Amino acid sequence: MVVFALLAAVPFADFEIPGLFNGLLSQPGALQLLALCAVFAGVALSYNLLFGYTGLLSFGHALYFSVGIYVTDILLTRYHWALVPALATTFAAGIALPLVLGAISLRVGGIAFAMVTLAFAQAGSILVYANPARLTGGEEGLGLDVTRIPDFLIGVINTKNLYWIALGYLVFTFVVCWWAVNSRPGKVWQAIRENERRVEVMGLNPYVFKLLTFTLSGFLATLGGIVYLLLLGGATPGVTTASLSLSLLLMVVLGGAGSLWGPALGGALYEYLDFRLLKLSSSSEIHALPGWLRAPLAEPLFILGVLFILLVFFFPGGIAGIAGRLRRAARPHRPLPGVEAPAKVAP
Amino acid sequence: MSTIILLLVTGLGLGALYFLIASGLSLTYGLMRVLNFAHGIFLTVGGYASWWIAVRLPLEDPWRFLVALVGCMLVGAIVAAAVEVSLIRPLYRRHIEQVLVTVGLALAFTALVQGIFGADPISYPAPRWTQGVTQLAGANIPNSRLLAIAVAAAVFLLLSAFLRFTRWGLIVRAGVENRAMVTALGIDVQRAFTLVFALGGVAAALAGALGALYFGNIDPQRGTATLIFAFIVIVIGGLGSFTGSVLAAVVVGLLQQFINYYASVYWGFSAAGDLSVVLLLAVVLLWRPQGLLGRSVG
Repeated sequence: MVVFALLAAVPFADFEIPGLFNGLLSQPGALQLLALCAVFAGVALSYNLLFGYTGLLSFGHALYFSVGIYVTDILLTRYHWALVPALATTFAAGIALPLVLGAISLRVGGIAFAMVTLAFAQAGSILVYANPARLTGGEEGLGLDVTRIPDFLIGVINTKNLYWIALGYLVFTFVVCWWAVNSRPGKVWQAIRENERRVEVMGLNPYVFKLLTFTLSGFLATLGGIVYLLLLGGATPGVTTASLSLSLLLMVVLGGAGSLWGPALGGALYEYLDFRLLKLSSSSEIHALPGWLRAPLAEPLFILGVLFILLVFFFPGGIAGIAGRLRRAARPHRPLPGVEAPAKVAP
Repeated sequence: MSTIILLLVTGLGLGALYFLIASGLSLTYGLMRVLNFAHGIFLTVGGYASWWIAVRLPLEDPWRFLVALVGCMLVGAIVAAAVEVSLIRPLYRRHIEQVLVTVGLALAFTALVQGIFGADPISYPAPRWTQGVTQLAGANIPNSRLLAIAVAAAVFLLLSAFLRFTRWGLIVRAGVENRAMVTALGIDVQRAFTLVFALGGVAAALAGALGALYFGNIDPQRGTATLIFAFIVIVIGGLGSFTGSVLAAVVVGLLQQFINYYASVYWGFSAAGDLSVVLLLAVVLLWRPQGLLGRSVG
């Protein structure tokens, strides 16, 4: 709560954090970056419902994020719809698509499920790149028609409003996820993660619960896509590719799968690192390095990928896992029930 | 008629590339339930290694290409074995972590190749013969497709013979069937797995070199892009089924080629073939979740 209140006050923070952000914290540049971090924190949370709480390894989450971006953008820019019906249609698509595709892909489990979700997302990506009927803009992307957007969301001056929307999205997603994982179906999701056969033996149908989490998490990702579209003022096809789905997986594992604030932190941190490392790669310090060292360091994904491998080997619990370990070390006598720790389901 | 023959052969050529990648994936999954998300990097390794060797060799063309091909197979085997020993083996039986590590490796390696050789496609020094065409029943067939089919057929025969007639092949087949039993009999499945992993690396590296001929260039992203279709192939064929992956590779390659051609001729929409492959996957899953020749999907 305190963290979110502090974050909400950031646009009034007229001071610098040297090294972390360029310029004042309340400047549009820093706010834009923070807003992007908030969006990816929320999308990482939505992915965490699947991977962290239900144990479903999906490689196609980028598809639902892209639905939020592209459906809204196409309806506003190509068909000149008003904002409200366009958003309503996107909401409907954000529920219908994961429902249908989830119903098909959940017919298989485990690794096959991962591949099938990947294939569906790839179909979406191919479609966007193919630019059917010149709708998606293909490789060039599709700029947003700003005449359809209310004035307070347009322009650099209003970055703080967009920032609040992004933060609102994060808070909303956080609350929904918290409520969902503590609800009765949420308990069943965690039971499925631990032992699916056992849930079946208890007379529950895991398929229905998995479809529920798939749809909810897809819908939350679609909402994130809408905020992302408003924030960047356009769609680029890069967001539809498999690398975004894989990045989401990295974010969740970085933060710690199966906790709530962990993946949110992981998503924000990943986006921040990605941005800063990209800036770093064009800096003069990197260019002064010898060639064999420069080539890998100039690629953010190389550094993040290696970091990720090390994390899986040495800190499988991610940031949340490290924090939990530290807390347990500080208070050795009491077991930690904590809200963040995934509750073990009684047999 | 000649169009149909051309599409048939180019579709088979595409299927040949898919088979070369899918065979390794399918065997490693069948034996150890390891999904190697980094399998695409072996294709990238093969493409770049054969290019790197070919542009440096002072030989004339058929020999230059052949030496580059052998070289890229060796590099593929070494890289694959190194990946298995250093990254996959320590996480034995922890399947999710294995997938995560290979995902990290795939991202990092692709970025590394991009950092060293650039993000743009590099044109490939293809031998003159592979740039020509052969007349076949009135159709002009590009020789690079014929070469891909011939190599894939040879790999298929060699792998089948290996699985059928050698002791290692016996261990692999038995391990796919029931790993616990083979281990209980005192046979080290882990070593057979390293071997299979390296063989998969060789096949994928070959696909990288042949794919470079097929597309005329090498590109850091092609490994991942092709890998996605290879995943579709092994799910359609049935996870862990070697014969299933052959069958599915042919079906997927032909379907993709035919629909891509006719959809772009009649509707001007060239991505329809790629999409129809995903649609085929959905249909197969609804009808037979275990794949064409698979038994059960874990």
